[in-house]
Amino acid sequence: MSEFKLAWQRFVKDRVALIALWVLGILYAAALFADVITPYSLRDESRLHTYCPPTAIHFLTSDGHWAGPYVRGVAMSYDEYRRRIYRETDEAYPLKFFGKGESYKFLGVVTWDRHLLSVDAPGRVYLLGADSRGRDIFSRIIHGARVSLTIGLFGVLISFVLGLLVGGIAGYFGGRIDNILMRMCEMVMMVPGFYLLLALRAAVPDTLNSLQVYAAIVIILAFIGWAGLARVIRGMCLSLKERDYVLAARTMGLTDMEIVMRHILPHTISYSLAAVALAVPGYILGESALSLIGLGIQDPYASWGNMLSEAMNIVRIQFAPWILWPAFFIALTVMCFNLIGDALRDAWDPMLKGRGDQP
Amino acid sequence: MLLRVNDVYKTFPGPVAALDGVSLDVHSGEHVSIVGESGCGKTTLARVIMGLVDPDEGSVIFNGHPLLTAHSRRGDFSRQVRMVFQDPFSSLDPRYSVRAILKEALRREPKMTPGEDFLRMRKVLDLVRMPADILTRYPHEFSGGERQRIAIARALMTSPKLLILDEAVSSLDVLVQQEILAMLEELQQRMPVTYFFISHNLRVVRRLSRKVAVMYQGRIVEYADRDTLFNAPSHPYTQVLLKAAFNYEVSP
Ligand SMILES: Nc1ncnc2c1ncn2[C@@H]1O[C@H](COP(=O)(O)OP(=O)(O)O)[C@@H](O)[C@H]1O
Ligand SMILES: [Mg+2]
Repeated sequence: MSEFKLAWQRFVKDRVALIALWVLGILYAAALFADVITPYSLRDESRLHTYCPPTAIHFLTSDGHWAGPYVRGVAMSYDEYRRRIYRETDEAYPLKFFGKGESYKFLGVVTWDRHLLSVDAPGRVYLLGADSRGRDIFSRIIHGARVSLTIGLFGVLISFVLGLLVGGIAGYFGGRIDNILMRMCEMVMMVPGFYLLLALRAAVPDTLNSLQVYAAIVIILAFIGWAGLARVIRGMCLSLKERDYVLAARTMGLTDMEIVMRHILPHTISYSLAAVALAVPGYILGESALSLIGLGIQDPYASWGNMLSEAMNIVRIQFAPWILWPAFFIALTVMCFNLIGDALRDAWDPMLKGRGDQP
Repeated sequence: MLLRVNDVYKTFPGPVAALDGVSLDVHSGEHVSIVGESGCGKTTLARVIMGLVDPDEGSVIFNGHPLLTAHSRRGDFSRQVRMVFQDPFSSLDPRYSVRAILKEALRREPKMTPGEDFLRMRKVLDLVRMPADILTRYPHEFSGGERQRIAIARALMTSPKLLILDEAVSSLDVLVQQEILAMLEELQQRMPVTYFFISHNLRVVRRLSRKVAVMYQGRIVEYADRDTLFNAPSHPYTQVLLKAAFNYEVSP
């Protein structure tokens, strides 16, 4: 049985990590099918519903008869401190499953107008409440997941490839190449991450459209992240290249590149996979931080970070605590990646120890 | 002449003179053993021959061609000279199946059809007395002795002229040692391969070699036919070694 199968068997024994994997799977699936799942699009807003609290879903009429799921209309008024108060009216709007709503391009190709959950206008359904412009926080979180969940993944992927290559080359060849590459890494690592993030963002013009901003953030995050990975990979390669099977491969005439690809880098995978899972949270937080201070994804596009920028005011949090929901999703995602990363590391280590094969 | 080691020096930082002017000729079919206590430079000598360590001075000449760089070994040399390492637990990459491990030995060979590949693998596994159905299994499923057989099989894949065995049985149990040695002896009859057998154990050396070189502190102090060396050792260090190994006095 191959090493991967053994490690996988160990991994699935870790219940918590398995749950984390499921949670992430659901989140990513939700991001993929965001247009269908969400009641409202990114551009939808309703100024009459500023900070509307989460909508109650009713099943019975006021005199106690079954009516199926429906929501009530709301009427806004102000109290003596000029705070908004929302009161339910008597109008009822049945919840529709896969009912017609705004049309969209499903997965960017097929035009469709069905939504998993919706109510007819002028009724509104706010599963997690509304923000300052009466936009549905639930819809924006799911749409925002597309940015927040993928930006870290792409960022980590790029820095992973860079880190493997640079670390592998530096560690395997050693000498001058190693020296130059490692000094480069140190220069990147010398600057504290957040300031580097700001400095690099400042170097990018702010006339970019949202896709360009997205790409810029990915590249910036990758640029910050590769150095740490490269250093660790290099250390592992230094010890791996002295293994007898590497020497054997050299005596059999394999080229350096073949050896690095077949016998060196695959042995860093166990570490790298865990490192990648453990690095993703940093990237997600990096995007959130940029968007939070307004340098990342811009309105009307949503990311969990830019949604939180509304929550930088304590008074608003006090009266509309539901605007903190994006923070919950950030924390959930970060936690899941950390749990999976830890479990991956544990799944590999005991086996390698038993075989005297630990890097 | 198959292999000539020509006045090789190698000093490691320390400084440790691991090789202090070693010269040695190996003729085809002349199974040579190197003996000497651990740390005397045997592995370093093997590595210099294989191009894993660059000598400070001196040269290695194979079939009349001097081997100056790693690149010059990539052609004929890498096919005709193969090495078996001491530790069977680290000489096979745990990530690959036996099939992949054996197949890798053919990397520099002209392309073969899958059928030819398979025949070759069956043949070498038969030579080392392992069943052919282990091809899909992984190194961690085997014992030390079995792994060493697989490592030897890998070395035989290209039908090499010279096989360098660096303490190939030293890490194994005595019984397993005997089995592997018997297998190697048998191999001598079945293949035209010349052994370059490295060991610190004189008893082991006697079975497999025709000539024996005694190494001491980076030098070859005596190089003679096996019978001459065992019956009438000339160097005092050889006498000490023999006495330690067989517990008898050699008449001066
Ligand atoms: N890569 C190396 N770096 C430093 N010293 C080494 C290295 N390889 C071998 N040596 C030293 O060279 C001497 C000979 O080592 P070696 O050839 O392995 O001896 P043997 O195989 O006979 O036991 C020893 O003192 C050893 O410590
Ligand atoms: Mg040795």
